[in-house]
Amino acid sequence: MNPASITRLDLVLATPEMFLLAATCVILLGDLFLRDRDRWITFVLSLLTLAGVGWITAATGFTERTVGWHGTYVADPLSTLLKIVACGAVAVAFLYGHGYLQERRILKGEYYVLGLFALLGVMVLASANSLVTLYLGVELLALSLYALVAFNRDSGVAAEAAIKYFVLGSIASGALLYGMSILYGVTGSLELGVISNAALQMPAGQIGLLFGLAFIVVGVAFKFGAVPFHAWVPDVYHGAPTPVTLFLAAAPKLGSFALAFRLLAEGLGAVHATGWQDMITMVAVLSIIVGNVVAIAQTNIKRMLAYSTISHVGFILLGILAGTSQGYAAALYYTITYVIMSVGGFGMIILLSRKGFEADSLEDFKGLNARSPWFAAVMLMLMFSMAGVPPFVGFWAKLVVIQAVLDIGSLWLAILAVALSVVGAYYYLRVVKLMYFDEPTDKAALQGGGGAMRFVLSLNGLAVLALGLYPGLLLALCARVIP
Amino acid sequence: MIPLSHVLLLSGILFSLAVAGIFINRKNVLLLLMCIELMLLSVNFNFIAFSHHLGDLAGQVFVFFILTVAAAESAIGLAILVVLFRERRSINVEDLDAMRG
Amino acid sequence: MNLLTVIVLLPLAGFLLNGLLGRRLGRTFVSVVGCGLPVLAFLATVKAVLLLQAAGPDAALLEVAYRWASFGAQGFDVAFYFDRLTAVMTLIITGVGSLIHVYSTGYMKDDPSYARYFAYLNLFLFFMLTLVLGRSLLVCFVGWEGVGLASYLLIGFWFEDPAKAAAGKKAFITNRVGDAGFLLGLFLLYWALGTVNMDEINAAFAAPVAPAVSASLVGVLLFIGATGKSAQIPLHVWLPDAMAGPTPVSALIHAATMVTAGVYLVARLHGIYEHAPEASQVVAVIGVLTAFFAATIALVQTDIKKVLAYSTVSQLGLMFLALGVGAYGVAVFHVYTHAFFKACLFLGAGSVIHALGGEQDIRKMGGLWRKIPVTFFTFAIATAAIAGIPPLAGFFSKDEILWFALASEHGGSPILWVLGSATSLMTSFYMFRLLWLTFLTPSRMSHDTEHHVHESPLSMTGVLIVLAVLSAIGGFFELPHFLEPLLPMPAVLESLEHYEHTFVFVAVAVALLGLAAATFMYRRGLARGEALAARFPRLHRVLGGKYYIDELFEAVLYRPLHWISDRVFLGLGDRLLIDGSLHGLAALTRRASGRLSRVQTGQLQWYVAMAVVGVVGCLVWVWRHG
Repeated sequence: MNPASITRLDLVLATPEMFLLAATCVILLGDLFLRDRDRWITFVLSLLTLAGVGWITAATGFTERTVGWHGTYVADPLSTLLKIVACGAVAVAFLYGHGYLQERRILKGEYYVLGLFALLGVMVLASANSLVTLYLGVELLALSLYALVAFNRDSGVAAEAAIKYFVLGSIASGALLYGMSILYGVTGSLELGVISNAALQMPAGQIGLLFGLAFIVVGVAFKFGAVPFHAWVPDVYHGAPTPVTLFLAAAPKLGSFALAFRLLAEGLGAVHATGWQDMITMVAVLSIIVGNVVAIAQTNIKRMLAYSTISHVGFILLGILAGTSQGYAAALYYTITYVIMSVGGFGMIILLSRKGFEADSLEDFKGLNARSPWFAAVMLMLMFSMAGVPPFVGFWAKLVVIQAVLDIGSLWLAILAVALSVVGAYYYLRVVKLMYFDEPTDKAALQGGGGAMRFVLSLNGLAVLALGLYPGLLLALCARVIP
Repeated sequence: MIPLSHVLLLSGILFSLAVAGIFINRKNVLLLLMCIELMLLSVNFNFIAFSHHLGDLAGQVFVFFILTVAAAESAIGLAILVVLFRERRSINVEDLDAMRG
Repeated sequence: MNLLTVIVLLPLAGFLLNGLLGRRLGRTFVSVVGCGLPVLAFLATVKAVLLLQAAGPDAALLEVAYRWASFGAQGFDVAFYFDRLTAVMTLIITGVGSLIHVYSTGYMKDDPSYARYFAYLNLFLFFMLTLVLGRSLLVCFVGWEGVGLASYLLIGFWFEDPAKAAAGKKAFITNRVGDAGFLLGLFLLYWALGTVNMDEINAAFAAPVAPAVSASLVGVLLFIGATGKSAQIPLHVWLPDAMAGPTPVSALIHAATMVTAGVYLVARLHGIYEHAPEASQVVAVIGVLTAFFAATIALVQTDIKKVLAYSTVSQLGLMFLALGVGAYGVAVFHVYTHAFFKACLFLGAGSVIHALGGEQDIRKMGGLWRKIPVTFFTFAIATAAIAGIPPLAGFFSKDEILWFALASEHGGSPILWVLGSATSLMTSFYMFRLLWLTFLTPSRMSHDTEHHVHESPLSMTGVLIVLAVLSAIGGFFELPHFLEPLLPMPAVLESLEHYEHTFVFVAVAVALLGLAAATFMYRRGLARGEALAARFPRLHRVLGGKYYIDELFEAVLYRPLHWISDRVFLGLGDRLLIDGSLHGLAALTRRASGRLSRVQTGQLQWYVAMAVVGVVGCLVWVWRHG
């Protein structure tokens, strides 16, 4: 590829990513010259960058599927939506984390720079149209996250979490790559469109294709954190500094969804029924069961939310395994609502923490209603939404996914999902019980978070209610961006 | 001329060895990092063999990307390892169990 | 004007005002808002009923409050639907609800969380009205969950006491089991019919072409939901414990309104049950068994509220019996009379407890009638009503239930009648036992308590009088006839057609027999009752232990689940963590236990092993399908 063969269209396609890359490099360099007390400049610049990326993405937003960069890059409504939501999620994560990091004197430029690079990874994933681009997106995201988890250099658990994440994540990348190499050998191309055509022409049950597929499913399940490839999730969520956990729970899930959609739906849609559906079904079922059951016994709320994440991932996979556009739209809707809810949940932990005190035990939520009725109500809305109680948005997310599963005639999957979400309601409601019925162990007023964070967190809680009262907006959007 | 199947078998064996190495080794995190490298190299073998077999250069380009990323990955892995060692004074895999449940 | 929406939103406004501003604006404000808005809702309901009456017997008012979500071609509207069935339920909820709010101003006078109490009570009314007024099952479900939440909040109202908080949790969890049934039924209906509007569901099942879903399956699933909310076997365990809440709450939620939601649901969806003889049979059998067994338990309870709680479970059983034999209107009739006399009984019990400074054990009462005459007279009228002494309200509804249990063509049978009549006998017996032991026998109170006994304030006694009058005359309103355009009565077996009056006499005789037996046993105090208990110690223990169902659940459900979660998934290592935090030793202990547990084997290998198992699983799948 010589430089002259890059067209104007190619440049337009990747403008948001190029802007993000350039801005991140500027921030990286600029941050070197800042003293610790001027670190807010990095923070503000990062937020400005995010606003810029969001704006450029929306402005260049392609209404039609447009392929560029010699078939390796694609811009379509789905990628636009994913990128904008990811920008928002990262911005909220930065905002929630800022005060926390400042108080603990670990406010380094790395947090923002690595966060922005991770976002770049998500964006590349969202727009990937070839195995190379997908791999680069996955790695850009994963490498940034490994470093983010370990970035508090004085924390042993964080380092331990990071090394576990690193080893398991690398195995995942290895499995994914191995699958990709087989796929390349069988179909003769790295481009998803060509792979899709080649797969269509193969007879059902072609062993080489299925062999590669097995590894790809393993890789995707690893990145999602689905059972039995979930082992890293609780430890990493627990060990990482809370702002990083918050970050991990948000944007990367959008990346995982993009990976699954681009690879399984667009690349390998032809072998849906004869290939990956059964495997994903098993993984999804196990995730819902293990996630919900194990979460009950947790006493650390970060671990509890980690197991809850695993069960939510099971639901996302339920939508994906349906293999219909309705199913993909449901999975996308679930992913976005999950991001909103989990950002709020971890935000609450940050709000309750203060210098020298981590509010990561369930006990720390005791009597929150007496300390701050409003934030107890926000937490209540978030927990109810995660439990799937109407009228909160989590209810609709579960409903559309179950609807999608029913439409492909899997009654047993629907029954299982409903039954286990009832089990799941138990541990979410335990938090509500602690907040409303127990005496606070610590009667001090809330100290974490500044005014801006409290305001956004309140909005976050209300969003869960508002999106539940008017689910049509986001649902219609999700249905529109899935071809 | 070595037949394609031989190369694929070799890379399969390397990949399995890498997984087994991660799985069985209980002492040293550094060995884990080496196994991960081995895993990526077995994939590279696959890509090169297929690329040669198909007469398509894209596979070999992919290998360069993998090599580059693998280097970055090792750098980050070692950096995390340094932090871990500083905190724990040990890189024994068995000692990594502060969090469970 | 959107009258129906206004009815629903008035209590919500009360909740918001009291919840947000109540603590700052003082008790008078809370009382005025807390009682005033339900009364306004009652008046609005009366107006709606007048409109409905003008529109004809089987007309309905319909109001779309707002479009919640559109979903492909399907729209989910929040719409309110008001026909005669809804009218009866709404009148009971807002009417009895308003009375109980007024009563609460006296009962809760000295409680520090006065505003919170009224906020929750208003919230409950809001959800209850959503439940009965909702046109679609989905809106109904929101109300269904909401009343569960409000009841949970109110049962645990005095959350300083851990036993009461536990009772709240038990109620919520038991209800969730039922909710799973409700949700599955809902999904199934939506899947098969493409609608969740209840009038359309009824119409779909009445249509000549049967819908592509088994009416019995849906019926049983929805009934599972109803058993949770209406405390039927085996999900009845939460209701007696729910008496931990303040007494007016027991009267409103756990006697008059919320627990009848299951009855309402089945009656509302009678179209399904009419075409589901199997499901109806299940409903009738569960109903009559619940009625019978709860009555036997009530015979030996010594806590005044527990007697009433089991009596509620038993009466709910009778309502389900009526539903099961197709007499939907009669079931609603019993809901209506039961709301009056049971509310009166609970509030009377509240007045007794109030007078005795918190004593609930009837073995330590007696001779109260001289000291609190108004409470006594109203309680006596309500007792006679529930026992089925004519011409009080309970007589009419209960008599009709028993008649249809025997004679309905839709599943009536002598066995149902025998069990129902036995229940009726026991009801009369234990209620008069309660009356004797509490009010009439010579006093067994300590001197100190006796000295303090005082009649309750007018806000409480006034309400008691109103409810007693309603319990006395309520039965003369022929409710089943009023509902007949909506809820047709089942045909009566031909062979029995001419014997209806005979069975009325039998029912009266049964009630009087219970009265006579209770008088014989308890006229002089506890001695004869205790002698009888001593004669049959084992039976007494089983009844006193409520058939050990709680223990059974504990052993069969709770422990294994907990065990699996604890051992299988977590391993032994976590014991330290869990115990550490359970004993409240917070972060320090946990860090220490973390350090200690680090001595154990590393786990990264185990993580990889799990993943390898997954990979092998996928490869095995490929091997078998390739």
